[in-house]
Amino acid sequence: MSTALFVPCFVDQFFPKVAIAALDVLERLGLSVDVPGGAACCGQPPANAGFERFGDAALAQFVRTYARYDTTIILSGSCATHVLSHASSFGADGARVAARAIEFCRFLHDVVGVERVAALRAECAARVAVHIGCHALRGLGLASPSETHVAPFDKVRTLLETVKGMTFAEPSRRDECCGFGGSFSVTEPEMSARMGRDRLRDYRRSGADIIVSTDASCVMHLRGLASRDGRPMPMLHVAEVLASPEAVA
Amino acid sequence: MTASRTLPVVEPTVVDHAAAAARFNANPERVTWHDEALWFVREKRDHAMTDVAEWETLRELASSIKEHTLSRLDEYLLMFESAATANGVVVHWARNAEEHNRIVHRILESHGVRKLVKSKSMLTEECGLNPFLEARGIDVVDTDLGERIVQMRREHPSHIVMPAIHLKKEEIAETFAAQLGTEPGVSDPIALVAAARGHLRERFLAAEAALTGVNFAIAETGGIVVCTNEGNADLGIALAPIHIASMGIEKVIPGTAELAVFLRLLARSGTGQRLTVYTSHIHRPREGQELHIVLVDNGRTTQLGRAGFWRSLKCIRCGACMNTCPVYRRSGGHSYGSTVPGPIGSVLTPGIDLEKYASLPFASTLCGSCSAVCPVKIDLDAQLYRWRQIVADAGHVTAKKRHTVRIGATVLAQPRVFAFLGRATRLALRMLPQSIVAAVAAPWSRDRDVPVPAPQSFRAWYKANRISRRPGGEQ
Repeated sequence: MSTALFVPCFVDQFFPKVAIAALDVLERLGLSVDVPGGAACCGQPPANAGFERFGDAALAQFVRTYARYDTTIILSGSCATHVLSHASSFGADGARVAARAIEFCRFLHDVVGVERVAALRAECAARVAVHIGCHALRGLGLASPSETHVAPFDKVRTLLETVKGMTFAEPSRRDECCGFGGSFSVTEPEMSARMGRDRLRDYRRSGADIIVSTDASCVMHLRGLASRDGRPMPMLHVAEVLASPEAVA
Repeated sequence: MTASRTLPVVEPTVVDHAAAAARFNANPERVTWHDEALWFVREKRDHAMTDVAEWETLRELASSIKEHTLSRLDEYLLMFESAATANGVVVHWARNAEEHNRIVHRILESHGVRKLVKSKSMLTEECGLNPFLEARGIDVVDTDLGERIVQMRREHPSHIVMPAIHLKKEEIAETFAAQLGTEPGVSDPIALVAAARGHLRERFLAAEAALTGVNFAIAETGGIVVCTNEGNADLGIALAPIHIASMGIEKVIPGTAELAVFLRLLARSGTGQRLTVYTSHIHRPREGQELHIVLVDNGRTTQLGRAGFWRSLKCIRCGACMNTCPVYRRSGGHSYGSTVPGPIGSVLTPGIDLEKYASLPFASTLCGSCSAVCPVKIDLDAQLYRWRQIVADAGHVTAKKRHTVRIGATVLAQPRVFAFLGRATRLALRMLPQSIVAAVAAPWSRDRDVPVPAPQSFRAWYKANRISRRPGGEQ
C-alpha cells in the first residue's frame, strides 16, 4: 500500500504548518506517507474561474504524479472535489487517480477509523465552531447538509469529539458558505467579504473561541477579514488540532 | 393606462452582477434585513421538509418524472393539446415572446377588451407582456399583491415567488399613500392589505378578461393547475368572460398521479407551507366563457437541446434556490438584471443572451446549497460551472482576467516555476511595506489582510526534514 499526501499550492506557500501537522498525524497513525514533488496544483482555481482548459495542464501533471500511488490523500475539500470529478477525463491513469483520491478528514474517518484517531490523544481545551468547506460538505459528503432530509451525521465533528477538552459551539446557521469561493473572492469582493463577516459574527455569537476547518482556503479568507476588523480569532485546520503539539510548535 | 406607464428599462446592456451587488451593499442594514427575511423562509422550508419522512424519495421521483417528460416533451404536449381541445379549450402555440404577446393581444382585441387582470405569471414578465399590451391601450392590472406593488412602483419582481420581498412595509406605505390615497405614514400591514383589497376588488369587477399563469399542465386530462395564496387567480377567472392561461412548454407533466408528487414539494420548498392556500384545477371554460391556453417556447427547446443544461427545464419555480443562496440573499434579486434571478436564473438566462448575462454564472461561490435544496434535483452548481467555461471560451471576460488566469495556471502546472515564484512572493510579502502589498493584492486586500507568509514553504521543510534524512538522501 503506497500512500501519498497532496499539499495544495496555497497551503505549501502560506500554511506549511497545516501540511506539517497532517503529515505528523498520518505518520503517528503508522502510515508511511510520501509527499512527491511534481504537482503543485490540481487545476481547480483556473477551472472554477471558467478556464478549465488552462487548468488542465496542472490536473494532467497531478495525474502523472499520483497515478503510481494506491491512495492519494488531499489536504483540501475543494481540491479533492475537483480531482474526484474531473481527473477521470485524463485516461486510465486519471480514472485511477479519481477513484483513489480522498480528502484528509474523510480518510481519517472512513479508512483509518475514529478509534485509531482517538488513540492520538489530542488535547485542545476550547469551544470550537466547526467550519466544513462547502465542497467537503456537499460535494464529498463529510456531513449531512442542512438542506436535505437524511439522518444527521458529521464526520469532522466525530473526529474532533475524540479531542480531550474540546466543546462545540452551535452557530445559528450551521453550514452557510463563508464566501471565499476562489476567484469569487476577487471578482465579487463586496459579496465575499460580507458573507465572511456574517459567518464570523455567527461563530462569535455562538460563543466559539476558535474556528476549526477542513479547508485552509476558507480559513485564509476568514482570518484576513477578522484581522482587518481588528478582531482576530484563532483558526486551525483539523490536522493542526490532531497533530502532536511539538509538530505544530 | 397609457404607454407612458410602461416599465423603464432598468437593465444595463450588459449585467454587471458584482457592481449591482456592491450598490445593494452600500446599505449594510438593508442587506442584513433582506438576508434574514429570506433565511426565515429557508428555515420555514426546512421545518416543512422534516414533516415528510420520504422527502428525499419524493425529490428523486420528481426529478425522474420531469426528466422522463422532458425526454418526450413533444408527445406530452400534443397529448395535452388534444385533451384540452376536447375539453373545449382553445390551445395556441407561440415560438417566442413576440408571438405570445401577439396571440394574447389578438384574443383581447377580437373581444374589444380594454381591461385585463393578471394573476402571477413570471412567463408574461419574461415576454414583456405588460408593456406590449399597455402600448396598445390595454389596462393591465397585476392582482397578486406583491406583483401589484412592484407594478405600481414601476419595478420588476425581485423574486419569482415573493416579487416585492426587497421592499419594506414603510416603502409600500409610501407607494400606497401616493397612489391609493392611504394615510401617509401608516405602514400597518393589515391596513395596507385592506387598502389593496379594496383597490383590487374594483379592478376584478371591471375586468373583461383574466390572464393566469400555470404551475402544472396535465397531459392525460388537458387540465391546468394554478397555485396561489391570495385566491386572486380564482377571482379573476370566476368573474371575467375570457380566461387566458400562459405557460412555458416545460410545465407539462404526464398525469394526475405525478401531480401529487409535485404538489407535496412545491409549497413546502417555496414558502414552507404544506400547500398553497389555493390549488385550483381548471379543466374547461365555464358556461359562456372562453378558455385559451398559450404554450410558449421562447428558447426552451434550445435549452432542451443543450446537453449540459437541459435539466434546468425541470424547474417548478418554487424559488427555494433563491432563498437559500447566500449571494442572492445579500445582493438582492434586481442585481441579476434578469426575469428569473438567483441560481436558476443564472443557469437559464445565459442561454438567452450569453454576453448580457455573462456575469451571472460567476455570481456564486459554487457552494452547492441550491442543488441540495432543489425539489427536482437540478444540478445547479454544476451547470453554473459549465456556463463559466462557455462564457470564458466566448471571450466574455475581461482581458485582464484571462491574462491573469492564464499566467497563474501556467505557473501552477510547473512545480519548479511555482516553487521559485512562491519563494519570491513570500520574500516580497515579508519585505515590502503593507501599503504596497495591499495595493498589489487588491481587491483581496480591500477587506482582508494578506496572509503573513511563512518563512519556509512546506516543500522546503519537507526536503530538509524528510527527504534528506532518508537513506540515499536528496531526491
